[in-house]
Amino acid sequence: MIISVASGKGGTGKTTIAVNLALSLKNVQFIDCDVEEPNAHLFLKPRIFERIPAYIPIPEVAEDKCDCCGTCQDVCAFNSIAVLPGGIQKDGTVLIFSHLCHGCGACAYLCPRDAIHEIKKTIGIVEKGFSDGIQFVHGKLNIGEAMSPPLIRQVKQHIDPMKSVIIDAPPGTSCPVIESVKGTDYCILVTEPTPFGLNDLILAVEMLKTVGVPFGIILNRYDIGDDCVDLYARENGIPVLMKIPFDRGIASLYSKGLPIIGYKSEYDSEFKKLPGKINTLIKKAKFDT
Amino acid sequence: MKICITSEGATLDSKIDPRFGRCRYFIILDEDTMAFQAIDNSNIQASGGAGIQSGQLMASHQVKAVLTGNVGPNAFQTLQSAGIEIFTGVTGTVRGALEKFKEGAFKKTQAPTVDSKQGMA
Repeated sequence: MIISVASGKGGTGKTTIAVNLALSLKNVQFIDCDVEEPNAHLFLKPRIFERIPAYIPIPEVAEDKCDCCGTCQDVCAFNSIAVLPGGIQKDGTVLIFSHLCHGCGACAYLCPRDAIHEIKKTIGIVEKGFSDGIQFVHGKLNIGEAMSPPLIRQVKQHIDPMKSVIIDAPPGTSCPVIESVKGTDYCILVTEPTPFGLNDLILAVEMLKTVGVPFGIILNRYDIGDDCVDLYARENGIPVLMKIPFDRGIASLYSKGLPIIGYKSEYDSEFKKLPGKINTLIKKAKFDT
Repeated sequence: MKICITSEGATLDSKIDPRFGRCRYFIILDEDTMAFQAIDNSNIQASGGAGIQSGQLMASHQVKAVLTGNVGPNAFQTLQSAGIEIFTGVTGTVRGALEKFKEGAFKKTQAPTVDSKQGMA
């Protein structure tokens, strides 16, 4: 079972939910896919035993073979290649903007003169470790690097399907989030009952419907704000898996890098019930399709 | 000589569009004959690399000088590599800009004038 934890809005409690869910499970692997600012390690405090550099392939042009036909520019979906006729050289010039390149390889594959080969560009690092029996993996994107999906893909290659896998996704609804939740069996959307929380929740719901991952809501700080998220969930038939109150004790633990598990028995039992609930919902989703 | 002026509309009396990569129209005109064409800029929609594509478009139309409000780093590099002169800070109408350009009122830009993504939204 692979469960992703995501949210439209940032700061709703994704990592808190993901970490405490992981601590409530046995034989578990924790994957932090928020490679732009990973923070689950602050709570799980894993001992890192393996560091794997992450690369993307970027194109390099052999000028003696290139006739500036422009195929590479036309097939690049990310506008990272410009083929300039004439220009400062005789036949033309090929400019590669590597910071826009996603490393898809189309240019090298489709070059009719075989003038493009790929070179490795370091974009970050994947770190693996252990924390009290939890297998831990996260990625760290290099500062200044704009493209996180290739690193997220490399982090996810370490998924162990024999374990219960918890994926902590980055906030938002764009490419990095889609890359993180793609292929997971269920997605928990963590939100708060505020207009911002609802607005971004709706965006996340639309995204998950498109990606085809079943989902439910965890309402954090449910006793602040209003009942907008509850109403939305009811109207749209989205299960609310758990509600967590606005509890100063939780904030205090968070500030010390400590989990909620072990703080109050009612929270412990709520987290313990979560995997069973999700398992039932996954089966239901499979049955419905 | 062919020059390009970034424009909000498709005529010579349209206002200058201050963005290069994501301008509404490129007015490409022949300085001597005043013959011009307005190109609808499809790069407006690009999530990234609009300046690069727009720069490449200038090169493929054999434009020798670009008159606009601002250029970002990617557009600047592309235009410079293509040997195209860049004049920024241009305002008013396309026709007015062309006249001032002929009088030599503009100075060539030696560096990008804005950061990446400034032309979005």
